Amino acid sequence: MRNQFAETLYEMGKKDSSIYIVVADISPAGSMGKFRDECGERFINVGVAEQSMIGICAGLALKGCQPFAYTIATFSLYRPFEMVRDDLGYQNLPVTVVGIGGGVIYSTLGGTHHAQEDVIIASAIPNMSVIAPCDPLEVVEATRYCATQKKGPIYLRLGKAGEPTLTENAVEPWEFGKIRYLRRGSDTCILSYGVVTNKAAELADRLTAEGDSVSLVSAHTIKPLDREGIAQALAHHKRVIVIEECAPGGLASRVKEIAWDTEAKCTLHTFTLQDKFIHNYGNHDQLLAAHGLDVDLIAAAL
Amino acid sequence: MERKAEFQAMDAAAARQRCMGYRRRVLEVSQHVSALHIAPAFSCLEITDAIYNVLMRDQGNDASPDRFVMSKGHGCMAQYVILESQGVLSSDDLAKYCTPHGQLGAHPDYGVAGIRASTGSLGHGLSIAVGMAYAEKTQGGDGRIFTVLSDGEVQEGSTWEALMMGSTLGVDNLFAFIDNNDFQSLGRTSETHPSFYPLVEKFDAFGWETAEVNGHDAEAIHKAVSARQGGKPMVVVCKTTKGRGVSYMENVPIWHYRAPNPEEYQQALDELNEVSS
Ligand SMILES: Cc1ncc(C[n+]2csc(CCOP(=O)(O)OP(=O)(O)O)c2C)c(N)n1
Ligand SMILES: [Mg+2]
Repeated sequence: MRNQFAETLYEMGKKDSSIYIVVADISPAGSMGKFRDECGERFINVGVAEQSMIGICAGLALKGCQPFAYTIATFSLYRPFEMVRDDLGYQNLPVTVVGIGGGVIYSTLGGTHHAQEDVIIASAIPNMSVIAPCDPLEVVEATRYCATQKKGPIYLRLGKAGEPTLTENAVEPWEFGKIRYLRRGSDTCILSYGVVTNKAAELADRLTAEGDSVSLVSAHTIKPLDREGIAQALAHHKRVIVIEECAPGGLASRVKEIAWDTEAKCTLHTFTLQDKFIHNYGNHDQLLAAHGLDVDLIAAAL
Repeated sequence: MERKAEFQAMDAAAARQRCMGYRRRVLEVSQHVSALHIAPAFSCLEITDAIYNVLMRDQGNDASPDRFVMSKGHGCMAQYVILESQGVLSSDDLAKYCTPHGQLGAHPDYGVAGIRASTGSLGHGLSIAVGMAYAEKTQGGDGRIFTVLSDGEVQEGSTWEALMMGSTLGVDNLFAFIDNNDFQSLGRTSETHPSFYPLVEKFDAFGWETAEVNGHDAEAIHKAVSARQGGKPMVVVCKTTKGRGVSYMENVPIWHYRAPNPEEYQQALDELNEVSS
């Protein structure tokens, strides 16, 4: 995902001289090096100084530029939180805050590097939009959107590198603010976003093999949430499952709220990260499993 | 008034021997994980060794009044191997480093034996250390607090807030060491941030007692701290080399977070053996 982000930003940056990237001492992935070399003035490294990174983006945006702030998710959103809220949210500036390694992807780096509540925190800020692409192709779409929109701040939650492609045969295109059907079925609908959508896809395969007719949905825009799309999904499936790499209070809670509001008749199952710090290590899958986000565990719980 | 020695004596030859062993042990651990911060640990190894094995009373164990915080949390491999040599951590702990059933991750975690604060996000440790030092002073203890910061994290605004508070609160029982290796993730600090320097003068201006030493020279570290005037918190700016001890790691950014392959591992061990013979 990092590489597709860098590649797309480079493409956009070549065309639009108002695009800046402000990084905080993070090695530039892929084409970020090209951006730095070819759009030199518009590449800023603040060093280990994330608060300044956000403030500088605000200043650039106040002068009409289109800035991106870029570092590890905990350091792009949590460390400079009030700058994100006041400078970007309150002033409603078109700055994209990129969080690399959202969720618990940095599994062995421990709790200080786990952005397990990032989507909820970002969503709580008025004016803030939140996008979490599920695969490298969606990263390209989302980055293009972020580079051209003037609506307000966006938290763009990305993974790391090497994520599988999930959307090449999607039955719908990517559109900001709309849920996106990757496959359409009539019995079960699985909603997910971000990197963990690969688990949702695996579950969809499994249920399909068992004879279920399964829809798989990328809910890439968590804010503003496509209430109408979700209401339709709840109305037209017998069972809805939400799989989310975020603490309780994110998409799963929103879907329940919509289900209540619309008096949905389907059954609804939600699987999220737990509301706790897990002091275990291992790889990303192992840490997700420690939180209960494992396809076997999910299948058994259905 | 007679002034008794604040710190026990430093045996520099013994320190060199210990650090050699610690380097070997870090390399050993690197052979069963996919990645770890070797170069950051080698950069601050002599400093961390001096703190644990000489400057802190009773090696900073639970009975000691003294405490150590690894503010540059990603340097914790240095801390782990020292805690292992003291028997605070077990070799099984290190064998399970970064595994689902282990208790040691790539950053220090409060609650693990010997770890006094969870760090990993840069720029937290100095304020925590100021708080610990102030608690000691106001609760009638005589404990000293030691912390190691990276030059990268000195760029965080929070570090400067802590520097201001350290002198405002007069915590003269606090000793901060800067692992001044002129490297951060994106390259040389001196190239990306020329105005980061001069450093010692900045700490002076914030009201700290300062010293500048070679951070791989145990004797120099010890001397600087022992010779302090007192009455102020102290910061020792230590000139270091990132990756110190293994030629191909020194000042080469990828070793910030890479584990050597078997051939590289062997070369590293050979180099260390050569130095010690
Ligand atoms: C607040 C925060 N921002 C960013 C990072 C990511 N990070 C880890 S190490 C590092 C910089 C490494 O350079 P330095 O701090 O000088 O450490 P050293 O040279 O001793 O390895 C960065 C930016 C972090 N851990 N915490
Ligand atoms: Mg450094």
